[in-house]
Amino acid sequence: MYGNAYIDPNEKANSIVAGEDPEKLAEFEARISKGEKIEPKDWMPKEYRKQLIRMIEQHAHSEIIGALPEGTWITRAPGFQRKLALMAKVQDEVGHAQLLYSAAETLGKSREAMINDLITGKSKYSNVFNYPAFEWADACIIAWLIDAGAIINQVANAKGSYGPYCRALDRICTEESFHLKYGHDAVVTLATGTPYQRKMVQDALTRWWPPIMHFFGPSDKISQHTEILMKWKVKMASNDDMRQQYLNMYVPKIWDLGLTLPDPNLKKNEETGKWDYTEPDWEEFKRVINGDGPCNAERLAVRRNAEERGRWVREALKTADTKYIVPLA
Amino acid sequence: MNTPAIKELLYKMADDLLIIGHRHSEWTGLGPILEEDISFSSMAQDKIGQSQALFQLLHQLGEPDADTNAFTRNANQFYNAQFAELPNEEYDFSTVRHFLYDHADQLRFEMLAHSSYEPLAKLARKVKGELKYHVFHANTWMVKLAQGTEESKARMQTALSNAWNYALGMFEESKFEKELIAAKIFEGEAALKTKWIQAITPFIEKAGLKLPPEKEWNPVYGGRKNFHTEHLDPLVKEMGEVFRVEPASQW
Repeated sequence: MYGNAYIDPNEKANSIVAGEDPEKLAEFEARISKGEKIEPKDWMPKEYRKQLIRMIEQHAHSEIIGALPEGTWITRAPGFQRKLALMAKVQDEVGHAQLLYSAAETLGKSREAMINDLITGKSKYSNVFNYPAFEWADACIIAWLIDAGAIINQVANAKGSYGPYCRALDRICTEESFHLKYGHDAVVTLATGTPYQRKMVQDALTRWWPPIMHFFGPSDKISQHTEILMKWKVKMASNDDMRQQYLNMYVPKIWDLGLTLPDPNLKKNEETGKWDYTEPDWEEFKRVINGDGPCNAERLAVRRNAEERGRWVREALKTADTKYIVPLA
Repeated sequence: MNTPAIKELLYKMADDLLIIGHRHSEWTGLGPILEEDISFSSMAQDKIGQSQALFQLLHQLGEPDADTNAFTRNANQFYNAQFAELPNEEYDFSTVRHFLYDHADQLRFEMLAHSSYEPLAKLARKVKGELKYHVFHANTWMVKLAQGTEESKARMQTALSNAWNYALGMFEESKFEKELIAAKIFEGEAALKTKWIQAITPFIEKAGLKLPPEKEWNPVYGGRKNFHTEHLDPLVKEMGEVFRVEPASQW
């Protein structure tokens, strides 16, 4: 699963490279343009480090928060096969969080500090997880269509410039491809099932379509900031390009199942080769990302509670000679 | 072949694994550290997979298919020990239960690897390999937490004291006990309990914990005869919530 790192379009761009050594910066940029990976001990601009920490951290948070809406269906999954597969899938997501926190730690922020920023609401996670999974079919739609979006984003980011993040993503993408198969199979089973099952999956799809359209984020403003992040291979594709790629790959598959999407304007434009759609409600996106979604408070409360309940365990693991060690990634 | 005796044996094992697997899975997303979240999920998958394999053996003996059997019975039709159904509470109780249960489970499957009932013996030989890791995990965490801080030590001792009589309830004997032993299907609960106490004692000592004095041992029986605590009914209803809407459908 995935976190679409949200880059604030209003952030000031003028200070991005201020104060950086021009020679080192040129060398750094030359390495990236040659396709070399940047490793933890290499020189890097402050802004590169900052953006990567933010992005990887958001991604890691999305994995553990994303485990919650799906995790609630583990105990209710219908039948052994689904139960076992869903458990394995959510376990993978938590494992992804572990990999990603380690990758972010190589840039100088501890896992503890990141989790602290998550539970105090300082850092973000993917907006989709602020929506509830009402029924079993919602968990199936998440496993197929949210993971599908995640794969598009992660495959792009895996070609980025920071070595530890790319390596984590390569591994994550392999596992995600199994999630996608599981999710697709679960949705196909419902969509080709009884009238009750078909209605359940259609309702879930209708509920999830707006968050799915929000998934890749609003159109990127062409700013100096995004241009530099693309040059540094921190941001690998524009939000609109990823959304188009997604629609191109998945809308036909959804329609093939006889399901409908709640957007009368959704169609492939023969002239442009691109998908036309109704612009999703970006005001709602902003509202939700800033904390006012249906589940924001609940998700953070659950996470805070887990941290609180686990504190004595973590304390018990510390010994007098416990030292902080940056993970190898 | 004494089919009713074998069925009873398979039911209690399948239900123990299903219910404890369900409890372990409730830690998903909520563990004290990510690594433990992953561990409990991994063990839960093994338990539920083993449970499914036992339900498949039951199906071969004429019982309903595994899904129907596991997901449509009511709480008063379950054969698990009450120990398995108790809520997770905090990580202390969950770890203690995991330790006490997995030692018993490993020994049970080791015994059954020599069972005269070949389908079960075959399964047991496979399962005991998986259980080795569960027991290793349990031993490590029992000792680590019991030797951590004053708080963790006190928590682990309280959890062990609270769990003990329920854990003894795992060894509630079957009305077929003598037949099972005579037919060399299973060596019996009493023999298992003796081995279990020998197995857990060194770790409890290493952890610096104490078992309740033997005169206070008072096993909580009933689970094997379908008597359960108030905690099982909501668990079973939750587990079957989706499946029961249309039990005949493919899900």
